[in-house]
Amino acid sequence: MGSLRGRDVISILDFSRDELLALFERADRAFNEARAKPLRDKVLALAFFEPSTRTRLSFEVAMKRLGGETIGFSSEEGTSVAKGETFADTIRMLDAYADAIVVRHKYEGSALYAAEIAEHPVINAGDGRQHHPTQAMIDLYTVYKLFGAVDGLTYGVLGDLRYARAANSFVLGLTLFRPEKVYLISPPQLRAREETKEVLRARSVRFEEVERLEDVLEELDVLYVVRIQRERFPDPAEYERVRGSYRVTRRLVESKAKPSLKILHPLPRVDELDPRLDETPYAAYFLQARLGVPLRMALLLEIMGA
Amino acid sequence: MGAPADQGLIVRRIRDGTVIDHIPAGRALTVLRILGLSGREGLRIALVMNVESRKLGRKDIVKVEGLSLTREATDLIALVAPTATINIVKDYRVVEKRRVKVPDEVVGLLQCPNPTCITRKRGEPIKPRFVKVSESPLVLRCVYCGTKLGEEDIVRQFEGAH
Ligand SMILES: [Zn+2]
Repeated sequence: MGSLRGRDVISILDFSRDELLALFERADRAFNEARAKPLRDKVLALAFFEPSTRTRLSFEVAMKRLGGETIGFSSEEGTSVAKGETFADTIRMLDAYADAIVVRHKYEGSALYAAEIAEHPVINAGDGRQHHPTQAMIDLYTVYKLFGAVDGLTYGVLGDLRYARAANSFVLGLTLFRPEKVYLISPPQLRAREETKEVLRARSVRFEEVERLEDVLEELDVLYVVRIQRERFPDPAEYERVRGSYRVTRRLVESKAKPSLKILHPLPRVDELDPRLDETPYAAYFLQARLGVPLRMALLLEIMGA
Repeated sequence: MGAPADQGLIVRRIRDGTVIDHIPAGRALTVLRILGLSGREGLRIALVMNVESRKLGRKDIVKVEGLSLTREATDLIALVAPTATINIVKDYRVVEKRRVKVPDEVVGLLQCPNPTCITRKRGEPIKPRFVKVSESPLVLRCVYCGTKLGEEDIVRQFEGAH
């Protein structure tokens, strides 16, 4: 039975450590449970106002493997939204047709707003720069699979910590556990937001902001890398100044990292992660991508109460 | 109250209405804006600005005749004048004294400064909503995007447009 039945998924902080651990255990069993097609009479709406490939496909596959149907759209083009319909009306329509709604939108707070409108559960698949809770669940699940626990490890989170919602959600997710230490690694212009650091402080997570990966790499158990996304920058000139400002190379990793280091990345990548790392044991990002489906299957099972 | 004697010369006592005292000097007009009073309502309104105050050095006072302000209305004053005190007057006598307190939630009154907050989406039927993070110093947080507003931002919003 799903203990998260009917719940909205807006921020990773809406969940407790125990709820996440139970979700991970269910993700381990998800493909077995799928054989009985437990969601065969359910419909999931995929409302992607902002384009996405990975997240949308993995929700779609997760739902189909469980025997359910999906409806929706993958960009605003050609929909009633493009004709000027309000977001609220689009959500009301999907709420009438589906048993749960997955929303991605470029505005911060759109998923919470959708949840206020819809009677059915809303799953945030990314609201602007703010949250991407299912990605954080997958990331934490990957760490749990690799190390058997999320606690007690030293993490480095590298990249655009200011605008990247995946990095933000991952760091917030870590505060639900007891990491040994979290290094926030970024160029000065892309430092983590004050709100995120406040959560770290409030939950007594040991953290430090540094600018260079080289300075802390040898301490890390997990290195989480995100790309710089041009579309999140209010000012294109600001983007030009920081693009290409960090890059994880195979040479650097092999010369400094612990042999047991695992590198995560929510993908897609641009040039921040050396493709020559792919064949090394450090690379955990393809495993991470694969775990997206079972984790989302477990979440759908929980939320739709099967 | 122990008001200085010369104040009586500026504004006489009101018969029925609301006296908002101990407003930080220079904020009386902002207080009127927050209450949605433009002067065109036909109410008799007296404004006293920059008078001596034992507590504040200098202060403003607003008197509105013929209107007993509700607690919801006067609590909004706390957003720009946390030191304000409210006296409700009936038949020349103060029948109720109140302190103002920032409400736990402020709906529809303030704009979120984040241009990509859902509350800023054009044509969307959504009201901005802020929750109180702390009273002193005053900090509000947008429930949708997490952006914080301090006292200066709030005062600027009321002093700007409207
Ligand atoms: Zn906002």
